[in-house]
Amino acid sequence: MNDHRLEIIIGQLLRAGVLLAAATVLAGGVLYLAGHHADRTNYHTFAVGQSGAHTISGIVKTAARGDSAAIMQVGLLLLILTPVARVMVAVVGFLLERDRLYAVVSLIVLLILAFSLLHAT
Amino acid sequence: MTALEFTLVVWALSALAGFLGALTGLGGGVVVVPALTLALGVDMKYAIGASLVSVIATSSGAAAAYVREGFSNIRIGMFLEIATTVGAIAGAFLAGRVSTHALAIVFGLVLLQAAYLSFKGIPEDAERVESDALATRLRLGGAYPVAGSLQKYGVRHVPGGFAMMFGAGALSGLLGIGSGAVKVIAMDRIMRIPFKVSTTTSNFMIGVTAAASAGLYLKHGYINSSVAMPVMLGVLTGALLGAKLLVHMRVKTLRRVFGAVILALAIEMIVNGITGKV
Repeated sequence: MNDHRLEIIIGQLLRAGVLLAAATVLAGGVLYLAGHHADRTNYHTFAVGQSGAHTISGIVKTAARGDSAAIMQVGLLLLILTPVARVMVAVVGFLLERDRLYAVVSLIVLLILAFSLLHAT
Repeated sequence: MTALEFTLVVWALSALAGFLGALTGLGGGVVVVPALTLALGVDMKYAIGASLVSVIATSSGAAAAYVREGFSNIRIGMFLEIATTVGAIAGAFLAGRVSTHALAIVFGLVLLQAAYLSFKGIPEDAERVESDALATRLRLGGAYPVAGSLQKYGVRHVPGGFAMMFGAGALSGLLGIGSGAVKVIAMDRIMRIPFKVSTTTSNFMIGVTAAASAGLYLKHGYINSSVAMPVMLGVLTGALLGAKLLVHMRVKTLRRVFGAVILALAIEMIVNGITGKV
């Protein structure tokens, strides 16, 4: 394991994450338009609660029932988690390189991300 | 507007924004937010929520192509991400507390700076430097390909760059943009890292920075799936297409045109923020 190899692995992981997320959002979007294409939209004023479930467990539960908005949200969550996975891989990669300093640096970034995302659940 | 019309119009606008953002290197978010708020009257909080997720998509989608060229520096990126993620959380926290008018004005100022950068063009690379004591201890220096061979570069002024990165993260969290331009200034101007290394490393950092504010955005309800869906899919399509065409196009004229568009958006955003229309 060296830095360049680690970067290539991370690059491929990121691309796979984005493709999976985009496919999920697209599937949810098609389902949403099939059911709601003629609905009137109004996003002129922001309303808390209009964006559907906003806890991770709530989103996953609603998506499991086949709700199109929640499926799109699962896709968006996958997208948000992609960079998190990237930092996790970096922690492991630096440990394999026996680079303690950067394993710790990556771990700090991971903890900051975890703090922010756990805040949302 | 019906949901179908809204989805198609937003998709097309976002694809255009992502395409131009990739060609000019300024990113899609900076155009998507004003396009949604000014042209379609979407509330700015939905616009920045949708922009934030599209930023994660383009940054992550492009990373695979960038790393293959061997310019990005994973240590510099990871170390500075400590500053950008903490900044992003602070920015997202602020976004929930300031008025939409204030957000619009700050956004307009960021657009002004982006317009200035696109008129100015890509700066000439300064001379390479040796790493200072702190950068040496952090092993931040590296090597990058120049005309077929590897050239070493050093890194300086780590505290200054770190502070600037906190600011870049805060702007990203406040406005739902990648703030790649500020990240590049921190690395290229302050830390004396080569331009090409700065831009590719910045792209790498944008996704992680945006993910840090995403938790708060979700909690506040900024990420509305029916707005974010066409924005994310559109920006991603446009950006991937733009990256493919980049090699074949004359970017200089395009940057000027894009700069003029951004300048107009900046003025409109600031005026609307002051008069309370956004």
